[in-house]
Amino acid sequence: MESTARTFKKNAKQALADTRLRDALDKLSDGFPAKRRDAAARLPEFDDLRDAARDIKQHVLANLGFYLEQFEARVIEAGGAVHWCRSAAEARTTILRICKQAGAKTVTKSKSMISEEIGINDHLAAHGVEPIETDLGEYIIQLRHEPPSHIIAPAIHLTKGQIADTFRDKHRHLQADRNLEEPRTLLEEARGELRRKFIAADVGLTGANMLVAETGSIVLVTNEGNADLTYSLPKTHIALASLEKIVPTLEDATTILRVLARSATGQDMSVYTTFCTGPKRAADLDGPEDFHVVLLDNGRTKMLGSEFHDMLRCIRCGACLNHCPVYKAVGGHAYGWVYSGPMGAVLIPNLIGLDEAGHLPNASTLCGKCEEVCPVRIALPRMLRAWRKRQFEQEKTAFVSRAALKFWAALARRPWLYRLAVAAPVAVLAALGRDKGRFRWLPFGGGWTTLRDLPAPQGGTFVSRWHKENKP
Amino acid sequence: MSDARADILAAVKAAMPGADEGKEGARQRLANHRANVIPARGRLGDKARVDLFIREAERVAATVARVSSLAGVPREVARYLARHNLPMSLKIAPDLSGNTIPWTEQTLLSVEEGAANGTEPAGVSRAFAGVAETGTLVLLSGPGNPTTLSFLPPTHVVVVAAAEIVGDYEQVWGRLRAEKSGPDSRFMPRNVNWITGPSRTADIEQSLLLGAHGPQRLHIVIVDG
Repeated sequence: MESTARTFKKNAKQALADTRLRDALDKLSDGFPAKRRDAAARLPEFDDLRDAARDIKQHVLANLGFYLEQFEARVIEAGGAVHWCRSAAEARTTILRICKQAGAKTVTKSKSMISEEIGINDHLAAHGVEPIETDLGEYIIQLRHEPPSHIIAPAIHLTKGQIADTFRDKHRHLQADRNLEEPRTLLEEARGELRRKFIAADVGLTGANMLVAETGSIVLVTNEGNADLTYSLPKTHIALASLEKIVPTLEDATTILRVLARSATGQDMSVYTTFCTGPKRAADLDGPEDFHVVLLDNGRTKMLGSEFHDMLRCIRCGACLNHCPVYKAVGGHAYGWVYSGPMGAVLIPNLIGLDEAGHLPNASTLCGKCEEVCPVRIALPRMLRAWRKRQFEQEKTAFVSRAALKFWAALARRPWLYRLAVAAPVAVLAALGRDKGRFRWLPFGGGWTTLRDLPAPQGGTFVSRWHKENKP
Repeated sequence: MSDARADILAAVKAAMPGADEGKEGARQRLANHRANVIPARGRLGDKARVDLFIREAERVAATVARVSSLAGVPREVARYLARHNLPMSLKIAPDLSGNTIPWTEQTLLSVEEGAANGTEPAGVSRAFAGVAETGTLVLLSGPGNPTTLSFLPPTHVVVVAAAEIVGDYEQVWGRLRAEKSGPDSRFMPRNVNWITGPSRTADIEQSLLLGAHGPQRLHIVIVDG
């Protein structure tokens, strides 16, 4: 997918001015965090499970080569095939080849962020194979030619009115004056359209939430059941997954499932969790005859052992997005590529480079909420800082910022100078603002005061008060 | 073109040079499949465990009925369909076929066996287990239990024995390994489906709707006998 991460600042400004997006994001930030909190409160072992999930992923990364080979051997034993792909281009070529071999005209797809990452839809379409997204949100944004704006709620940025307009525009074979006012009627229409496509599809392309080394199984998690119709109806099932999705055993997968839905939507368990192993067995009445796993690197091995190693623990639950003040203000599209929010700001520069995505690690207040809610305890703020440090070292930071940082560092390393430099303006501002207690305008302070007043300082600096009030 | 598999494994090895020392531990882990943290929630006596299963299943919008033996299943299914004003037509899993269950006694029911094709108003499956922890059903695919029955019909009825309801998922894996393992330890069927409530979506303005692609109704029949 084409990136617009370079223009993050412009994207963010546009997003902030979009009132419909505001409403949608407000709804999101009311919903998911409260549901996650309730789910966590219902399970006393939740934090222990998070520790266990972190340890599983950490163990896998330390033994990744071993587990990948084990997984591959089990898939082959079960009658499936594994295709190793170094890059997005290799994965695209592989998937297209399998589709062509299957004589595919249409491919149904269940939601996969990796498929967005490699841009498979455009590639298939360009070669005469029609890809059909089946997750309701993904289907809507596919009709609109938009990327997802949230990992687990891809159409979060749209209102039902916008969706109704899209359906009216794209489903021309249906009666023009039909009622599309309610979410229920929109759902029924999409369900009807997609039903026919599920049954007609030649290939089903899914992602994988996990790969189980013990059994060669892939794990699929959905609430709609679209992944299950995607793999069970066509003759060929392709599962696309990146290397780090691997877990050792079914028990390990189970532990991660216990934290995944709770962190994502606040459900105790998603509605459908499926473990697929190999193609259908000879006597089975349904299921795919061919099973392929496309195993993608695309930058993961470069992250291994680096300061971004822990990012490979991510299970794509979206909790860090839901709790991020920046994500909640600008939404997912502003980030300009497939991923967004804190996990996106760490991952995207790894995948498309710091030159392209340099703004993203800076689009954070480092409030730490993302790390606090992460089910596998990824230290996202530390990694955001690591990117900023690299930018500074590579002299990619803007001149003004560099100068300001240098000036600040000079003060911070000399406490006596720092205190003096802070105490003087505080005293001046306190004197000037004594009457009103606030400033509506300050020289060089426009960035703050255009949107709100600055309270006047009272009673000296923190350090001076600390000394005064802690005197024995 | 150089070999992608070799390149990737070489890159992994280069990034994690110490990995070989951990190999034995990793091998053990695969062989022992040790459980991690299991929530205490499901650790209950038989009666309380089934009660928890019912509570959790109802919490996620499934409905539950209990019958005293397999012979009572057809009557319960007919009652459920009639009460919800649904067509009295079923596709059933061959595992639940007429030899063991008196479907013909319910003369209003039209019953067929096999996989679903998208035209059936209701499907009936047999669960391998129920998990009290979250009210989750565990279904195994096989000649006697086609996967499509769980997803294509708008109404899904699942039959599970009370004795098969366990506290946590780990017990299901244990039972699966014990019962299905052949000489080659390939105990997994093509699909193991965990089902927790009926299909749902919140993709449109976050309003929760049941019956997205899968069934809108999930009715669980617990067989006590």
